[in-house]
Formats: sequence, structure tokens, C-alpha cells
Amino acid sequence: MAATFFGEVVRAPCRAGTEDEEEEEEEGRRETPEDGEVRQQLARKREVRLLRRQTKTTLEVSLLEKYPCSKFIIAIGNNAVAFLSSFIMNSGVWEEVGCAKLWNEWCRTVDTTHLSPTEAFCVFYHLKSNPLVVLCQCSCYVAEDQQYQWLEKVFGSCPRKNVQVTILTCRHVTDYKTSESTSSLHTPFLKALKTQNFREPPCCSLLEQPNIVHDLPAAVLSYCQVWKISAILYLCYTDVMKLDLITVEAFKPVLSSRSLKSLVKNIPQSTEILKKLMTTNEIQSNIYT
Amino acid sequence: MFVPCGDSVPDLSGCTLLMPAVSVGNVGQLAIDLIISTLNMCKIGYFYTDCLVPMVGNNPYATAEENSTELSINAEVYASPSKKLVALQLRSIFIKYKSKSFCEKLLSWVKSSNCAKVVVLSSSHSYHRNDLQLRSTPFRYLLTPSMQKSVQNKIQSLNWEEMEKSPCIPEIDDSEFCVCIPGGGITKTLYDEGCSKEIPMVILLKFVSEGDNIPDALGLVEYLNEWLQIIKPCLQCDDPSASALPWKMPSSWRLLFGSGLPPALF
Repeated sequence: MAATFFGEVVRAPCRAGTEDEEEEEEEGRRETPEDGEVRQQLARKREVRLLRRQTKTTLEVSLLEKYPCSKFIIAIGNNAVAFLSSFIMNSGVWEEVGCAKLWNEWCRTVDTTHLSPTEAFCVFYHLKSNPLVVLCQCSCYVAEDQQYQWLEKVFGSCPRKNVQVTILTCRHVTDYKTSESTSSLHTPFLKALKTQNFREPPCCSLLEQPNIVHDLPAAVLSYCQVWKISAILYLCYTDVMKLDLITVEAFKPVLSSRSLKSLVKNIPQSTEILKKLMTTNEIQSNIYT
Repeated sequence: MFVPCGDSVPDLSGCTLLMPAVSVGNVGQLAIDLIISTLNMCKIGYFYTDCLVPMVGNNPYATAEENSTELSINAEVYASPSKKLVALQLRSIFIKYKSKSFCEKLLSWVKSSNCAKVVVLSSSHSYHRNDLQLRSTPFRYLLTPSMQKSVQNKIQSLNWEEMEKSPCIPEIDDSEFCVCIPGGGITKTLYDEGCSKEIPMVILLKFVSEGDNIPDALGLVEYLNEWLQIIKPCLQCDDPSASALPWKMPSSWRLLFGSGLPPALF
């Protein structure tokens, strides 16, 4: 309990998250069969499903089992997605091999067959000329209770060690802990976290303690660390979380990495594509639409 | 499930497993950090589970540039073979409705690895104390029945206080009494499961409030040390205000309360 400035006594939030535990225990004791049924229905609604949009069928096995690869590049968040779209997917033919359909409070996508450019989605592609290169564009939020399901549906239960995973994502600069004030930092800037089996030098400096990463990027990197898969996460700290040209361009050092070097073709053309993406997004992001 | 760092599964039989409950003030977790850091325990594996919120970061116990780039995840196992000590560190909270499943998986692993005993470091809301508890030491212990015979005498010689039972339903006058650990996270579940599955388990907890909980963590490890004697007092200690025991704070405890302040604020 804590007293506020105005003299009210309120329940202070516990950063160990233990209020939820007490609620859960109480719910467990009071739960009726109807409550159980509702909870199961909600769990089914929140299930992550991988399907092929072309055939509207669900994948029976995990994505990497059906499409084994040696390079797996994952963009999480709209800026990382825009970077891969402009600098990697602008050359070569990329064939869609799967789409993750999921529902949560932040990502209410229902119809995955007709998505507008600004709608959230999670789509997988492979390069037609070299199907061992698989790419994931994920701009929807994958909730805590869905992250492990996503991992299972994509990576499966038998981890493959001969794949190199590259993850790109953004975080707000206020999440970055430093002894100086975050307002004095020159944003955007890039930091990396790599698994033990990743042997190349990273394209930027490593993320120092006490900084940590959460959400889907952390789930993927944890999986790779535990199962000894070579993986690296490139994290762009920015003060603009919506689609932003400068933030997207901050990922450019990653183009010199072994995973992406061979996939980069025409950088000036990529910059043009990026500018067009920005304009499309600005037109679409009107609060009245 | 336990996944070893190396190729073979380490032998944990006869070891004491220390673990935190994610509880008020994160005191148990801070205490385990102190133990791992002070004893320079080495990582032997991961407790890979879908019950905890994912998180990653670089080595929280780094002492130099060379050892600062090892990736850490949300649940890891460390060992000090010479002291027959194993420590499980949990670094994130439970995903909703998954705490009970975690307890089952954890205790199943404890049983299969033949640990001699489990010590759970935890905490409980200090505002829930009754009058008697307010006037006494803030530390409490609990033993499962299979632990009682082996350590009862030692515990009695230390003059420790057992966690008192309180009414299960406070609103009802003739309610039954049971062990309640408000703010203790999975402590109560672990204790109940430990009792029913005959696991030798000791719960050590401190009544705390949220805030700067480093002193609480230091207090809890010293309480544990009274019994287990993990480290001996530092006789050459010059600083009279420091703890008599040389507990080493990990490098990741920097900036616990956020980044530096903007100078323009002043």
C-alpha cells in the first residue's frame, strides 16, 4: 500500500507482477465450467496459425520444416519491415510461402487475404532464385502468450543448427539505459545482441548491460541461444516509433553483414522505393480514414 | 525443460538448489544474483520454458570486456561444484495462467535431477504483517515435512521464526488457518507442491516493501548464510559500515532506477 500526495491509500503496483498471481489463484478457486469454457474459447481465438494465402490451407508442419533454409531474416516492426522491403526485397523475385494469422488486443487483423499496406501482418517469403533464403516481414504485435506458439509454428520442435538467423527491430530510445540522459543521445543508433554460435563480427557495437530486450525478438534470440543456432539481433533505438525515413536508414550498416551482402543490389533505387513507402504511409495514416 | 550449455547433462545429485520466487521487490532474484556473482558461479544450462515472458541481454555478471558478450535469457542454471550448490535464476514474470504449470515442470526437474534439497528465496508484503510480526524480525522460514527432520535442530539453534499461519478467509471469524504469503508469487504453490510431492524444501523470506530492495536482498542472503555458510566473514574488511561478508554486486545492477537525468531539469 502507498499513500498519495492527496492522502488516499492506494495499492502500489508490484513490479514482480505478483498481483496477477493472486488474481489467478482467486479465479482458479471461483472458476465455473462456463468460465473455463470462455477461457478456452479465448485461447482458441488467440492461437497462432500459419497458412498459405494462395491455397487458404494451414501448414501441417512448421515453416522451416516445409521450407528449410540456410539464411532466415526476420524484420519485426514497421521500420524494420520497410528497411527489408526497400533494400532487400527490391531485387530478385520473392515468393510468399506462408502467413501467420493471429489475433490479440493490439493486432485485430481478421482477414489476411486482403491486407492494405498499413495494416499489421506477418508474412514469410523465400527467394525464388535461392529458396534457402527465407525472409519474414512482421509488423503485427505478437503478444506474450503467443510468442512461444509463433516460435513453434515457425521453427518447429526440432531445431536446425545450420541456419543463420538475423533479426531486425526497433525500440524507443527511452528504453535505453545509460549513465547520461537519454535526451543527450544521438538517435537513431544501432546495437546488436548475438548468440554464442554467431562467429562473425557484428555490424555495430553490442548492447551493454543493464539493457535488455523483450517481446518476439527476445523470444527468437532465446530459442537460438538455447538450441545453439547462430543468430544476431540488430536493434535500432529511435525517438520516432512510427514509419520514419531516418530510422529505417539507420539499419544500413547491416547491409554489409554476410547474411545480407549478397542480397543487396541497387541502393539508390532502394532509397527511392523507401521514399515512396513513406509517402504512401502518410496518405494512409489519416485519423479520419 | 533443462537444456545444458555443453553436450552432456551435468550431474546435480546431492546438490542444494537455490532459486528465487518472483515476489515483491524482486528480493529473491536480487539475492540469487548476489550469490551467483559472489561465488562466480558458472552457467551450466537453461531452464527453457514457455511459462516466462521472454527476455535477453548480455552477461549480467560480466567482470571484464572478454566475458561481457555472453547472451543470457530469462531462466538460467548456474553451479559451484566445489560447494555442491546449484542456482536457478529467473529474470522475468510469468505469462498469465502459466505459473502453476511452471511449478509442476520445475519440481519434476528437481525430482529427476536428485537434488538433495531446494531453497526458495522469497519475500512478502510488509504491509500484511500483524502486530506480532511488526515487532519481530522481518525474516521467516518454512520447511516441508521431508525437510523437517534433517534441519529442525540447526534451525532451532539459529533462533529463526517460522512463518505464522493466518486465517484463510480473514472475513470469516472461525476460518481455518493456513500459510499465506501475500506478494510471494509462486512461493505458496511451491511450498504446497513440495509438501505433497515430498520434496525437501526450505522457504526463506523477508517482509519487504517495493523500493530500493538491495538492502533487503543483502539481508536475505545473510540470513541464508547463517545456515548454509556459503561464504565466510571477511576479516580484513576496512570499511566498518559495509557488511561483514564480501557480497559482490553484479555489474548489471547499474542504473536500477533509470538513466541519468537531463541537466536542463535543474
